[in-house]
Amino acid sequence: MTGANRIAGAGRLTPAKTARFSFDGRSYTALAGDTVASALLANGVHLMGRSFKYHRPRGVVSAGPEEPNALINVSRDTARSQPNVRATVQEVFDGMKVGSQNRYPSLSFDLGGVNDALSPFFAAGFYYKTFMWPKQAWASIYEPRIREAAGLGVSPTEEDPDHYACRYAHCDVLVIGGGAAGLAAARAAALSGASVILADEQPELGGALHFDTGAEIDGQNGYAWAQKTARELVGMENVTLLSRTTAFGYYAQNFVAMAERVTDHISRPEANAPRERLWQVRAKRVIIATGSIERHMVFADNDRPGILLASAARTYLNHFGVAVGRKVGVYTAHDSAYEAAFDLKRAGVSIVAIIDSRMRPGEGLLEQARSLGIEVFTDHAVIATSGRLRVASMTVVPNGGSAKRKFTIDALITSSGWTPSVHMFSQSRGKVAYDAATGRFLPGHYVQDCVSVGTCNGTDDLQAILEEATAAGVKMAAESGHDGAAAATPAGRNLFAWTGGMAGAAYGAGPDDSVKAFVDFQNDVCAKDIRLAVREGMHSIEHIKRFTTNGMATDQGKLSNLHGLAIAAEALGRGIPEVGLTTFRAPYTPVTFGTLIGHARGDIFDPTRKTPMHAVEEANGAAFEDVGQWKRAWYYPRAGEDMHAAVNRECRTVRTSAGYFNASTLGKIEVVGPDAAAFLNLIYTNSWDTLKPGRCRYGIMLREDGFVYDDGVVGRIAEDRFHVTTTTGGAPRVMHHMEDYLQTEFPHLDVWLTSTTEQWAVIAVQGPKAREIVAPLVEGVDLSNEAFPHMSVAEAKVCGVPARLFRVSFTGELGYEINVPADYGAAVWEAVAKAAEPFGACPYGTETMHVLRAEKGYIIVGQDTDGTLTPDDAGLAWAVGKKKPDFVGIRGLKRPDLIREGRKQLVGLLTKDPNIVLEEGAQIVADPNQPKPMTMLGHVTSAYWSENAGRSIALAVVAGGRAKLGQTLYVPMPDRTIAVEVSDMVFIDKEGGRIHG
Amino acid sequence: MLLIHCPYCGEDRSELEFRAAGDAHIARPANIAAISDEEFADYFFLRDNPKGLIYERWRHIHGCGRFFNAVRDTVSDKFVMTYKAGEPKPDLSPAPGVAPALPADSRPVETYEATEGRAE
Ligand SMILES: [Zn+2]
Repeated sequence: MTGANRIAGAGRLTPAKTARFSFDGRSYTALAGDTVASALLANGVHLMGRSFKYHRPRGVVSAGPEEPNALINVSRDTARSQPNVRATVQEVFDGMKVGSQNRYPSLSFDLGGVNDALSPFFAAGFYYKTFMWPKQAWASIYEPRIREAAGLGVSPTEEDPDHYACRYAHCDVLVIGGGAAGLAAARAAALSGASVILADEQPELGGALHFDTGAEIDGQNGYAWAQKTARELVGMENVTLLSRTTAFGYYAQNFVAMAERVTDHISRPEANAPRERLWQVRAKRVIIATGSIERHMVFADNDRPGILLASAARTYLNHFGVAVGRKVGVYTAHDSAYEAAFDLKRAGVSIVAIIDSRMRPGEGLLEQARSLGIEVFTDHAVIATSGRLRVASMTVVPNGGSAKRKFTIDALITSSGWTPSVHMFSQSRGKVAYDAATGRFLPGHYVQDCVSVGTCNGTDDLQAILEEATAAGVKMAAESGHDGAAAATPAGRNLFAWTGGMAGAAYGAGPDDSVKAFVDFQNDVCAKDIRLAVREGMHSIEHIKRFTTNGMATDQGKLSNLHGLAIAAEALGRGIPEVGLTTFRAPYTPVTFGTLIGHARGDIFDPTRKTPMHAVEEANGAAFEDVGQWKRAWYYPRAGEDMHAAVNRECRTVRTSAGYFNASTLGKIEVVGPDAAAFLNLIYTNSWDTLKPGRCRYGIMLREDGFVYDDGVVGRIAEDRFHVTTTTGGAPRVMHHMEDYLQTEFPHLDVWLTSTTEQWAVIAVQGPKAREIVAPLVEGVDLSNEAFPHMSVAEAKVCGVPARLFRVSFTGELGYEINVPADYGAAVWEAVAKAAEPFGACPYGTETMHVLRAEKGYIIVGQDTDGTLTPDDAGLAWAVGKKKPDFVGIRGLKRPDLIREGRKQLVGLLTKDPNIVLEEGAQIVADPNQPKPMTMLGHVTSAYWSENAGRSIALAVVAGGRAKLGQTLYVPMPDRTIAVEVSDMVFIDKEGGRIHG
Repeated sequence: MLLIHCPYCGEDRSELEFRAAGDAHIARPANIAAISDEEFADYFFLRDNPKGLIYERWRHIHGCGRFFNAVRDTVSDKFVMTYKAGEPKPDLSPAPGVAPALPADSRPVETYEATEGRAE
């Protein structure tokens, strides 16, 4: 037995195929094809969750993606666990574990339910009005408690073991939605020869034909026609049919994102199958056939378990073979609920009464109800219900009257009409227009190459839908270049029209402030809350939405938005179109992070760049740090050394003997051409005409506003060839910056730019013994001071490999930088290591590099500068060519703010206590006892322990800093105030003799 | 994701291959060192941020590497056309009697002005 409420002979599932699953630890049997909701209903379970704010017991409301209440946790194992799954969408698989959410200790007895009794204190806007003071308590007390009490599901804590795929696709015509309209449109487009993708969110196509058994197409039952048409489409080469696939985002130029659920319905998925797949489809034309969503009636206590949409009851009966109750009441403002009542009645369910808020239901319905023995009360309202965990009765009065009648029921189905699903159209930036005659928003002005068909376009009659859809399929195919065989329009007939109904609160749903007539179930927004928002001065629908949180839950108000709007319009005394709809935003339904991320996680979240020497460094035990995408050797610890000890040793070794350093990540650009020097004159502040081949110069590059953009050493290899280096992080943007000027401002210059960052491996050898280490490896260059002084460059052979040898230094020591083609990097590195060994020299990492350069006051652009420093601020005014007629930034440098007195300038800082190392980013003040907020003079940009200086050192930007040399300033920290003395920026070898050694 | 036509490659390619590079048709003054503060501010800092058609530069950075110009509608994000750097700025103002490219009611409904009238 698969549930007491399963009706023999009803529905389309196969009784022989069963699946076992558990809900809150209790075991149930489902049929293959059941959703969690249909399987639980079959077993008489309506109570599936607790509401967000008041923790009210809630049952399933819908049978589709619009479900606001039945949010569950689904798991296969502890890692594969997903919260906030809609029970109406999730198919049951054998062995599935389902848990209810937002309740403690159990679903039927929830302590949080006290919020319901306290609800007067939780009126709309309470988040904003309560808990405003004290500020600190918000983060530490209120917010955690509120989140605890008002949470949705719980995120899994283990890493997600599943994998997710993604696919890009192009097609002529994308059809969103596979109901009658979508199928007819897709078929017509496909027969015309267009390549077609048809996506539908359900396991089987058919849309409303799932429940609407009164629909007939081409002489057969509508659902059967849908399956036949789907099979036909699957058999066509030019059609991709995607079921279980939700189009959730419509972006510019017909770019549509869709989530395909690949294995969530399978008991034992293949190990290599992705769980979900993200489709990113670029379509020449899009046909939107997204149908309509039924609205509930807004009346007092309309949220009890067992109260659900009429179309949902019809789906559960006609597709799943499940009766939602045995004694069912009906409350409606729309004809379609009658069809549900008739279907249930014919299946043997007692229909207690149909309460219709209208005077006159559609033609023939009353006679049909009478012939089936169903009592109908027109012009009546349901003003109350009872039943704690399941609806038990409804109380009915004539509209405007007070004579009550109470009916015993165990389910109540409601309908106030159908809302066209204009989400995708609206996301495409189309403008909806209010159709006053039918009281609904429909597609108005189109912005993209798409068209809406079917009920989402306000077309109600099935024959008209099929004609419209077929014509759209033919037209969209033709517009994408295909006008082959046209399809015959299928002939359709249906029993009810989709128009009509009402929006807003029914009679009896207020204005009494104690009545809870729910508009938005998931966020617990009642009609009275919306009226309160208007009374409190919210006149814009966007403000009302945010004040009440109406439509802001995970269902994004698919049921509630139009009701909320109608109630607000009434309270404001304005028309619905004047109040206006809120914006529809992606995603249409929730999308997992896994789907969006796809393969881009873990090691391949972002590309990792490794230098040619990476493997050797790894073998030598280097610790690495991430510098942008690069993995750089940070320090080389020896046995027993921590980072501090290793860096101190490396720093000492470089200045006493030598060290070698992997500088391969340095950005490198080859600038070549007859106008290369002229180009560099414009890009850098320095002058390059006077630089002779074989010589290098330190260059500074500005932005046009006069601020330092990048720096680096530039070597002139030949008259028409420069080897430019940039900061590690700046290489791509410097290249972009140079290309920009070359292509658009200075196109008359004959210059070519080539990025060579990855072509050269770079080994810096620095220290008093550097020449002795390097010399035996070099052929073709006299390394003596006279022949090859500081700031020289030569093409040479190193270890027999063609090389560019620089004599440069970023340590203040005698130094060389060996550039060899990347493929030789590791071999030359090992040769240097071998040559260095007899001298006790060692490899050093980026941390030591940072300390050594700071000891000499060499800045790092991006660390000691932050995009607001001029060359003069950084103490580099000497590098700006005073006589140059033009360079990028020449005018910016003269801006009043850049030449005023008192700008922040880079200086050195010496802590009074030499053992204290400052914190980078720490603020600097003149008087630590001044009242807060203090006047801050600047901040620390670099701070290290300098083993060579035997004390801490720091660089900082300080307002008017160079005029404050020798003065005492203060660095206030949370636990103490540190006194510092302003100094120059050179802490070692102030005379600078060592570099020429 | 936008589709962008590179006038050098002659291909519609995905936005991923491109990088936006600010407003087009703003020439760097030849005598830049001599211009006034106001002229410099106009040249470097001030931009129009129009609602509707904008002329802007793009670079096919992960393709041919070339900078080019584009006309884009800032409301719909649609590219009206692209053209090579150095080509004259096309005149796309509607001819008399021709409806403008954008509907009169194209403002987003969520703005304060749309629901409340002019802010006062
Ligand atoms: Zn290109």
